[in-house]
Amino acid sequence: MSVNAKDLQTGSNDPLWVRTTVITISVAFVALMLVLPLGVIFFEAFRKGLTAYLKAFQDRNAVRAITMTCLAAGIAVPLNLVFGIAASWAIAKFNFRGKGLLIALIDLPFAISPVISGLIYILVFGMQGWFGKWLEAHGIQIIFAVPGIILATIFVTFPFVARELIPLMQEQGSEEEWAAISLGANGWQTFWRVTLPNIKWGVLYGVLLCNARAMGEFGAVSVVSSNIRGGTNTLPLHIDALYNDYNSVAAFAMASILALLGVVTLVGKSLLERKLEQESISSLESKTTEVS
Amino acid sequence: MSIEIKNISKSFGSFTALKDISLKIENGELISLLGPSGSGKTTLLRVIAGMESPDPNPDSQVLFFGEDVARKPVGDRKVGFVFQHYALFKHMSVFENIAFGLRVRPRSQRPAESAIRDKVHSLLNLIQLEGFGNRFPKQLSGGQRQRVALARALAIEPQVLLLDEPFGALDAKVRKGLRDWLRSLHDELNTTTILVTHDQEEALEVSDRVVVMNQARIEQVGAPDDVFHQPASEFVIDFLGNVNVFHGRVNQGQPVLENIQVGGSRESIPDGEKANVYVRPNDISIDRTPTGKSSMAATVTRINRAGVHAKISLELSSKEEIRVDVSMEQLQELHLQLGDSVFVHPNKARVFVPDFTI
Repeated sequence: MSVNAKDLQTGSNDPLWVRTTVITISVAFVALMLVLPLGVIFFEAFRKGLTAYLKAFQDRNAVRAITMTCLAAGIAVPLNLVFGIAASWAIAKFNFRGKGLLIALIDLPFAISPVISGLIYILVFGMQGWFGKWLEAHGIQIIFAVPGIILATIFVTFPFVARELIPLMQEQGSEEEWAAISLGANGWQTFWRVTLPNIKWGVLYGVLLCNARAMGEFGAVSVVSSNIRGGTNTLPLHIDALYNDYNSVAAFAMASILALLGVVTLVGKSLLERKLEQESISSLESKTTEVS
Repeated sequence: MSIEIKNISKSFGSFTALKDISLKIENGELISLLGPSGSGKTTLLRVIAGMESPDPNPDSQVLFFGEDVARKPVGDRKVGFVFQHYALFKHMSVFENIAFGLRVRPRSQRPAESAIRDKVHSLLNLIQLEGFGNRFPKQLSGGQRQRVALARALAIEPQVLLLDEPFGALDAKVRKGLRDWLRSLHDELNTTTILVTHDQEEALEVSDRVVVMNQARIEQVGAPDDVFHQPASEFVIDFLGNVNVFHGRVNQGQPVLENIQVGGSRESIPDGEKANVYVRPNDISIDRTPTGKSSMAATVTRINRAGVHAKISLELSSKEEIRVDVSMEQLQELHLQLGDSVFVHPNKARVFVPDFTI
């Protein structure tokens, strides 16, 4: 078979029509399904001009929804950060009974529908739920209130940090920690001076994805929220409500914030991925034989 | 410092890593734990360091200078531990790596910044890496990294230095240089050093004593000279360098090989028992003519002249393959060619009767 220079360049021997078709399909799909809707969001948001766009943010309910979203993410992300680091530390560095089960359970929120996760909380904390009577007697409202939204957000976002850190920490092993301990460092010093600097990019990556999901979650939050405008609505719920009211400019204006968050997340994600790649290369390098 | 290990066992699930190990290490000694992978040598080192706890047993003890350290955590044992893959802190400079052990001390015991700087510089000097303080581990070669790891361990002035295959990831030339350097460093610092290695040459060359381990047990403890020349078991003779094995039978208290008698007599052994005869390649001579009762006919199958000795491979009439090392002069005298028929004669052999090992 003859090989021409162009084939060598692309490293492929497939005929031109195959390559063209595959590339066209992928690009067209991405354009149609991802880029176009993203463009539509901004187009619709600014359709009646900048003033109308900005006016959407002056609405009291909009401000409350944004605050609510930030609050839910502000609580869920730090909690999941602590949980994620603790869980991945435990899984990567220790052997204990039920380790496999813990790993499987961490993935649970990925495996079940967010609506179900919302319903679980209603079953547990709702009026007819297990703790409903007790909570009511003590004047604590969880479901259809702020705590419910926060709980649901924590539930759907808790795999992100742990999922990112478990393989990273397993790959790095615990030799550096042992070295630190043998040099007299206590657990706290070992964590802050040795473990954390080694996983910092992975942590940031997990936090970024966790935050994006926490702010964008709809299903689980929708079940536990009261859907009262200006009450316990988050941004995605508020957008839904606005849209149902045919207030499309306001809906798209709100959506543009989430879309922007998505774009920022995407850029941050690619930057961090590059950092992470360097990190794992350097940890691999230090494990192989070097020339002297 | 003297270290005494008494009746230590360690298992990981169904795998037994250490089986009732007892060992005494004298103050100032450089001792090697030598064995194949999975023999338990690293586990023993980690038990001494406190990184693994031995299986619970009222008789088992780990004594540092007579004091039981079983309840002492790693950090309080004052051991300097060096890992095979260096385990340097990647994000810290060489200087900070070495200073780590001093910086993590409680405030009351922490030296002043100037004292830390002096200490690190004297250690950098010791490992011949002055001026490398600002570099990061990934900017160093493997040999340099391992020297930094050693300096880092020495910074806390450990009473005992524990080295887990420290040169295992380095190439042969660097390994040899570092090995000699380690020996002189040990003599200079006057510490007790325990070196884990699977490289018999390394163990025999640097150690005061060698502990040969196999399958979770100690096979033999002794000076390099002793373990090499007076191996206590088949495993030891086989593990320490090349050796030819002949399978024979006992006849009239003597091992017999193709009707040739070798080695000393062992009268208590009944006739017909299997006997394994071990002969090192340099303990066999090659002649053109039979030289006595022990000569065996053989054919030259391979001659390798690369090295200090020529390595000759021969095939016995029983189709068994043997290896003989001869000096270059001898090779010249013999005019050996491939396919030549010659006679080999074991000068020195060690005989083990498998079923009679006591």
